[in-house]
Amino acid sequence: MIVLGRSYLLAVLAFLYLPIGVMVAMAFNASALYTLPIDPSLHWFAVLAENGPLLAATRNSLLIACATSAAATLLGTLAALALERRQFRGRSLLRILLLPPIAIPWLITGTAMLVFFFWTGIGRGIHAMIIGHVALALPYVVLVVGTGLKSLRADLEEAAMSLGSTPIHAFFAVTLPLLLPSVIAAALFAFAISLDQFVVSYFLSTPGVSTLPVEIYSSIRKGFTPEINAISTIFLGVSTVLVLIFAQLSHLGGKVDRR
Amino acid sequence: MTGVEVVSIGKTYGEVRVLDRVSAAFGAGRLTSLLGPSGSGKTTLLRIIGGFVAPDEGEVRFGAEAVTHVPLWRRNVGMVFQSYALFPHMNVEENVVFGLNRRGVRGEAARKEVARVLEMVRLQGLERRKPKELSGGQQQRVALARAMVTKPRVLLLDEPLSALDRRLRQDMQVELRRIQRESGLTTIFVTHDQEEALTLSDTIAILDRGRIIQEGNPAEIYERPKSRFAASFLGDANLFTGRVEGDAIAIDGGHIRMAGKPPEGATVTVAIRPEKMRIARAGEDALPGENRLEATVKEIVYAGAVSTYLLERGGAQIKLIAQNRETQAATIGDTVTLLWSPTHTVLLQE
Repeated sequence: MIVLGRSYLLAVLAFLYLPIGVMVAMAFNASALYTLPIDPSLHWFAVLAENGPLLAATRNSLLIACATSAAATLLGTLAALALERRQFRGRSLLRILLLPPIAIPWLITGTAMLVFFFWTGIGRGIHAMIIGHVALALPYVVLVVGTGLKSLRADLEEAAMSLGSTPIHAFFAVTLPLLLPSVIAAALFAFAISLDQFVVSYFLSTPGVSTLPVEIYSSIRKGFTPEINAISTIFLGVSTVLVLIFAQLSHLGGKVDRR
Repeated sequence: MTGVEVVSIGKTYGEVRVLDRVSAAFGAGRLTSLLGPSGSGKTTLLRIIGGFVAPDEGEVRFGAEAVTHVPLWRRNVGMVFQSYALFPHMNVEENVVFGLNRRGVRGEAARKEVARVLEMVRLQGLERRKPKELSGGQQQRVALARAMVTKPRVLLLDEPLSALDRRLRQDMQVELRRIQRESGLTTIFVTHDQEEALTLSDTIAILDRGRIIQEGNPAEIYERPKSRFAASFLGDANLFTGRVEGDAIAIDGGHIRMAGKPPEGATVTVAIRPEKMRIARAGEDALPGENRLEATVKEIVYAGAVSTYLLERGGAQIKLIAQNRETQAATIGDTVTLLWSPTHTVLLQE
């Protein structure tokens, strides 16, 4: 049974990683035609460095992801604090209303944003993409930070206040340091959501200004070049590191008692 | 040193009247226990005194000063939480110095104060430990040191010993009493443990359904309960109800005499503590004026120093506790005579 279970797990992982593995391998293959055996080379990375539009799109992607991460984390953390620590009417309704945006297909969200932004005069471009990405990332941030807050007892803040801390000081001296792993995890999550985002970015980009996923898509449509493998490999590496840090901080691999 | 006074405090949560116009005074430098079952409002009263919860009505005073609207962080109270609520990311010293720093005491002066309270709670040498590296009893002491170091106007303790095991708990009760006496802080202690309240307190206030039903020193409360609830919540009591005839009350097939004169003809309830009764020895007669009742032994629970006798009389159960001085006074199935002095018959006002 154990052997069977292990082989099954290996099959699942192969299913997940095989296409990605082929792509990474081909990024390091000098041949443009996927010929074997692999001729190890950094040729496509060198070509990539010359590709102006792709590099500009990469810069845009990073800029948008950083801005999204910062804004979504700040706004989402405040929302989570309000939801977990304040008593007010309609609190549970608001909490539930945070969830549907996660389930709504991005295509629909993207269409809605495009129409709304056009209608309100926000238009398209980097600022529009940042606004759109923040909206996508916010519910996740609230969920991650809210979960962290739940495991933090409210009487720690009360203890700080009874010792002379104002509520704001109690937050910075006690709550925030203990919440920091969740906040960082949420920030990374928001960053990854923005970086990976295609649909909404596609709708909100303008011909001159696009993000990396959008740029990759349009260059594939023009004709595939293996430098796409190279840039994808770089992105893959960055995303993997982010996810691993996130998993570590949010105790994805098993709950650790923090009290 | 200031005392604490609450005047006509009311608090309602939704439909539940948690505190119903409670007034009480907590003497300066004394340890007062708020004793009651869960839901009696004792913790809410403590939290209102501390400023963690605002009352719907009434006033909280520290000395002559009304503090009802003074926010928690300016009230200068020391609170020991049931969970201790130690800051997990700070070591012992950082936890204890927190309140001093908030009050602008830093550097050498702060270090001195921290050393003083850590010595008082006997935790010297553990300054660098994190809370999770300490035992439950040590965490408890850190929480106490942290709450006391700022010389608060009142020290509040919310069932602080309930997380400790029995043995440690008894040790901590003694420690707590010593520390409280040494510090001289006005202290209010919430507990549902009657034994703890009797051991620790200068004064006990019994709460039931949002009201203080009796206040007094432990002996007063135990020896002279005023109500059925006070009699049976704090210790055990045998209750008898009957009509007053002269200086006694008539119960089914007998009379119970008491000290003092109840109103003639009224129906009253009296309480007798189990250890105040004794089983008559063979040939022993009642002393002049003593109460006597016949009852049948149903069960004997031996507990070393004492035995508890469960007896039956006319369908009602009577509990009696006797010291095991010599051989047992009776065996199961015996019909025995119970004797006690009229001064131990307590008339309940209810």
